[in-house]
Amino acid sequence: MSALLALNGISLAYETASGLVPAVRELSLNLDKGSIACLLGASGSGKTTVLRAIAGFEPLRAGSIELDGTVLSNASTRIAPEHRHVGMMFQDYALFPHLSVERNIGFGLRRWQKSRRSARVQELLELVGLQGSGHRYPHELSGGQQQRVALARALAPEPELLLLDEPFSNLDVDTREHLAFEVRDILKKMGHTAILVTHNQAEAFAIADRIGIMQEGVIVQWDTPYGLHNNPANDFVANFIRREALMAQRAQAYLRGEAAAAGLSGG
Amino acid sequence: MASTTKARLDQAAEAGQTAAAADLSRNSSQVRQPRGSRYAPGLSNRLRNMLRAGIGWPSAALLIAACVLAPVAALGWFALQGDSSHWTHLLQFVLPTAMTNTVLLLLGVGVLVACLGVGSAWLVTAYDFPLRRTLSWALLLPLAVPTYIVAFAYLDILHPIGPVQGLIRDILGYDSPRQFRLPDLRSLPGAIFLLGFVLYPYVYLSTRIMFSTQAASLLEAARVLGESGRSVFFRVALPMARPAIAVGVSLALLETLNDIGASEFLGIQTLTVSVYTTWVTRNDLAGAAQIALAMLAIVAVLILAERHGRRKQRYAGNQRARAMCPERLSGLKALAACLLGCIPVAVGFLAPAAYLLNETLKRLHQVGVVSDQLLQSAWNTVSIAFCATLLTLACGLVVAWAVRCARQASSLAHRLAQAGARVATTGYALPGTVLAIGLLTPFIMFDHVLAAMLQLLGNADPGLILMGSGTALVLAYAIRFMAISIGSLEAGLARIPPSMEQAARLLGESPAGALRRVHLPLLRPALGAAALLVFVDAMKELSATLLLRPVNFDTLATWLYAEAARGTYEEGAVAALAIVLAGLIPVILLARTQFKMSR
Repeated sequence: MSALLALNGISLAYETASGLVPAVRELSLNLDKGSIACLLGASGSGKTTVLRAIAGFEPLRAGSIELDGTVLSNASTRIAPEHRHVGMMFQDYALFPHLSVERNIGFGLRRWQKSRRSARVQELLELVGLQGSGHRYPHELSGGQQQRVALARALAPEPELLLLDEPFSNLDVDTREHLAFEVRDILKKMGHTAILVTHNQAEAFAIADRIGIMQEGVIVQWDTPYGLHNNPANDFVANFIRREALMAQRAQAYLRGEAAAAGLSGG
Repeated sequence: MASTTKARLDQAAEAGQTAAAADLSRNSSQVRQPRGSRYAPGLSNRLRNMLRAGIGWPSAALLIAACVLAPVAALGWFALQGDSSHWTHLLQFVLPTAMTNTVLLLLGVGVLVACLGVGSAWLVTAYDFPLRRTLSWALLLPLAVPTYIVAFAYLDILHPIGPVQGLIRDILGYDSPRQFRLPDLRSLPGAIFLLGFVLYPYVYLSTRIMFSTQAASLLEAARVLGESGRSVFFRVALPMARPAIAVGVSLALLETLNDIGASEFLGIQTLTVSVYTTWVTRNDLAGAAQIALAMLAIVAVLILAERHGRRKQRYAGNQRARAMCPERLSGLKALAACLLGCIPVAVGFLAPAAYLLNETLKRLHQVGVVSDQLLQSAWNTVSIAFCATLLTLACGLVVAWAVRCARQASSLAHRLAQAGARVATTGYALPGTVLAIGLLTPFIMFDHVLAAMLQLLGNADPGLILMGSGTALVLAYAIRFMAISIGSLEAGLARIPPSMEQAARLLGESPAGALRRVHLPLLRPALGAAALLVFVDAMKELSATLLLRPVNFDTLATWLYAEAARGTYEEGAVAALAIVLAGLIPVILLARTQFKMSR
């Protein structure tokens, strides 16, 4: 079986006053249908740029992006975002404030028949556990609820691929972990293919089948969570994983009120 | 985040560090050796990039910018058409007087608005006294009184046999104007006095915002360092407010340059008045264009001053700043501060407004009804202002949206759209007469060609179609007020995060679809505010209207001008009051939005 998504040696760069600044260098990866991948890295490692390129918001300097055998982007052409069958969940959720939850979810179903559309909206409300909230407006919802609406809206037009840009970063720590598992369950249940971008190792390990560690525009290791943890490819990965794990551990200890035990006393 | 990316990558590149490119076919966890990177696509690629970069919206924005520039270009071309005898005549008889008058007027008004504006802003920022809160918005009220109306009103109020001078004579015991009279208002100092008192709010507004949003900590620091109140003002507040003062003064002076009514009523032969008379009475278009070019030179200086001021202002963040705590005054000092603060409001707004109200009531009492001509011109005003508002908003939306979209399309498109926006927003600086002369020539030519073609086809002479239908007028308003709509809509769009259109795009909408379904509903308040501001400004406009209106077509402003020119003050006050009342709406809007955070 061939991969659903293929990035073939893509390079991206930002145009600044002083010239081109490379952001992603000859990056390649393949993703199977139904699997969930995660790009993990510090801010500035180029992971969000990759996501934006798949969505069609960034022009490629070299390489190509293929979805189900169709070329979405290469150095000379770029299919418009609205024609890509790619869904995206944004870091700030980007819910339309002037539309109710139902109309937000139904936004991408404009061309569907009315009865089919409302059935699909109800189905998604149920899927994310927000039955009965369809008439409410985004500002009336909690952060976690807004996030579910954003997920439902992205899934509504049945995209072939779902992109999630730091989806949990606006939530508090408790909700975050809980929701990461919940999102994974939803995606797996419906057989969706997804790429998540995050700087948070706990999120990555909670949700992804396969993780790519990014550094300075390249993926330094592409592996399962288990593989990363036990066979880090180099010192960078090993340090990154360990530091992240340590910090997560400390943060959790701190939240439990064990500041002293976590070595944070006096801070 | 972008800057960290850049810093990191620059570092990496300089160190010659070749990053590893991983081949990420499944199950492979080994790292391949780097193959070196290439980021310079070929020329043909670049070309294709440009074409697919979404040039449509930026092109529309550039087209609008070209329409704004066209009158200036036409002006230059026509100025060159005049023969040299024109020039010598102009240089000998017209330009020296007009230029001197204009420069003196600008200097005088500049000094007066700076003093009044900064003084009143400091008064309500640094001191607390009775009526302070009321004054802090009431000081904006003179903005509602156009320059030609304040001159119209004061000519009567301060007339030698008018109420004020009569009162003074009664008090001093004189019984005839021959024995005692105030200096004549129809003079350069008189014009400076009147224009200064209605235009100072531009300076007041920009300085007040400056003082109240970022002065607090600095001024308090100065206080703690042992400076007295007065020296804090001169050593810290005033230098800090310089960019804001520059912006405010330039705007006030552009307004002065634009003014035709006040200088005409007060008998000051300024450049603006010369342009008007050269065309209307001497029918000399080339001459008018030449004087207009001289005015453009002054405009250019003022724009540069304003832009310079704004650039300096930009770094003064204003979100988190806290207002300074004013010093409480009591007793005589409080009374003095209160009276001092009331003077600009009384002179610039209360007195003329009360006069106009009184005259209107008297007129209505005597006659009972307003004339049909006045109603007709009111209707003309509203309908033409309405058309102009629609056009201005539509153009503003195209330009603002082009800038927004292009940011994501490509840097070339972005640069084009921004250049378009910058040009399109300079129309506000063109004095109405200059703009009118620039539009007049192409429109008349076009109308003649059109008429000739229609006559060839066997029709009767249709006359001047575009000029006669008011098309030129609507276009002039749109050019002059486009900055308002672009500015307002850009600010409105800036509050909508870019993820909104990205979300809409990924849910299957084209850019235009995203604009229609997401941004237009979210922009409704900004559109409403812009519409109101443009509408009222179009209602008040006099200098371009005088030159471009169709024959026998009067707006309230031109009606008032004609009454004043004839010296028949019959219904002028009614028209003036209507304009002032309409002008109050944007002032109230401005006061509410600007001072919400800084009370």
